[in-house]
Amino acid sequence: MAWQWFHRLGSPRWFYEKTGRWLVWFAPITIALLVIGFTWGLAFAPVDAKQGNSYRIIFIHMPAAVLSLAGYYLMAIAGGIGLIWKMKLPFMVMKSAAVIGVAFTALTLITGSLWGYPTWGTFWEWDARNIFMLILLFLYLSIVLLGQVYPEQEAADKVCAILALVGTVNVPIIYKSVDWWYSLHQPASIKFTGSSSIHPSMLYPLLLCIVAYYCFYTLSLILYTRQEILAREARTKWVAALVEPGTENRVKG
Amino acid sequence: MHPVRKQRLLIVLAIVVLSSIAIGLLVFALRDNINLFYPPAKFSAGEVPHDVRLRAGGCVQPGSVVRDESSLEVNFQLVDPTGKLKVQYEGILPDLFAEGEAAVVNGVWRDDKVFYADQVLAKHDENYMPPEVAEAMNNGEMHQATCEGAEYDS
Repeated sequence: MAWQWFHRLGSPRWFYEKTGRWLVWFAPITIALLVIGFTWGLAFAPVDAKQGNSYRIIFIHMPAAVLSLAGYYLMAIAGGIGLIWKMKLPFMVMKSAAVIGVAFTALTLITGSLWGYPTWGTFWEWDARNIFMLILLFLYLSIVLLGQVYPEQEAADKVCAILALVGTVNVPIIYKSVDWWYSLHQPASIKFTGSSSIHPSMLYPLLLCIVAYYCFYTLSLILYTRQEILAREARTKWVAALVEPGTENRVKG
Repeated sequence: MHPVRKQRLLIVLAIVVLSSIAIGLLVFALRDNINLFYPPAKFSAGEVPHDVRLRAGGCVQPGSVVRDESSLEVNFQLVDPTGKLKVQYEGILPDLFAEGEAAVVNGVWRDDKVFYADQVLAKHDENYMPPEVAEAMNNGEMHQATCEGAEYDS
């Protein structure tokens, strides 16, 4: 009985209806946060003493990197829950997180190389963090592709979840790579303990951008998962009723 | 929790733990190869092979940068607390290359103990601040973590 609330979380229909009501106010808030964060960071934050204006790409690059790492954990945990409780919704979330993860990791790599050229003097270097970030992109990509090669959804979900779980160790490796190896990347600027080495006038817009990216990630995840729910549940009564009201009795549930 | 689910939970945990250990050992075994560059200390200790392409990285010793007047040739020294390395490079340096800042060079260490670089990369630090703050903090003598503690005088 104690687990009943948890099982309701696993209902695609419950998720679809709940998030449909959230989107009305969540989407505008996300867009507002992104606009404010980017405008503050890209236009109003002061220039950097050494890097000049080129450092500003941090407001796009760093939050994308944070979300591609955090999103990996979300994907792996969703996969784990799906494996343990054999629920449908966590697998749909996992698949959505994989697709969105590809986008965020690619954004991180692209903005990183655009930042690297004016500062380091190269678009790409086989720096530890770059290598493991590229591996992260390939992990996300292989989970997306692996999900498409199996004819049965159940088998595909299982294999994807296992691959997602196997890759989790990459996340702490990426995070600690700059401390473990000699690399071109600088050590972390925002520290959980002790004072950050980024001036408050730049730190606040950066933190706002991180919050905005978290909201944007959540929004993308909700939208993609809703789409995934409709696709996978297309033959259920409630989806049929949603698409064409009044037809639920003609479709087999 | 249902016993079947508990068993599946253990399997999931085992997958995460075992694969992490496996990949962790792999990365640990490859740790020296994952380093992007050798620090000057390794050059001074003679642990770096001659005549092979490799990268070196360290702090550009203040006062060591000598530019040739008739060509793009530039000579400088990379230092860290226990070593130093002479570098020769011909070409355009990145904008952020400066004395007291870290740099990574790609090239060959010859028998004459000079590192002939064909690429110089600037390694910027983790400090971000507006120019006014940087000026107010000190007289422009800021060294990043890799340069901290480096002895510049000897």
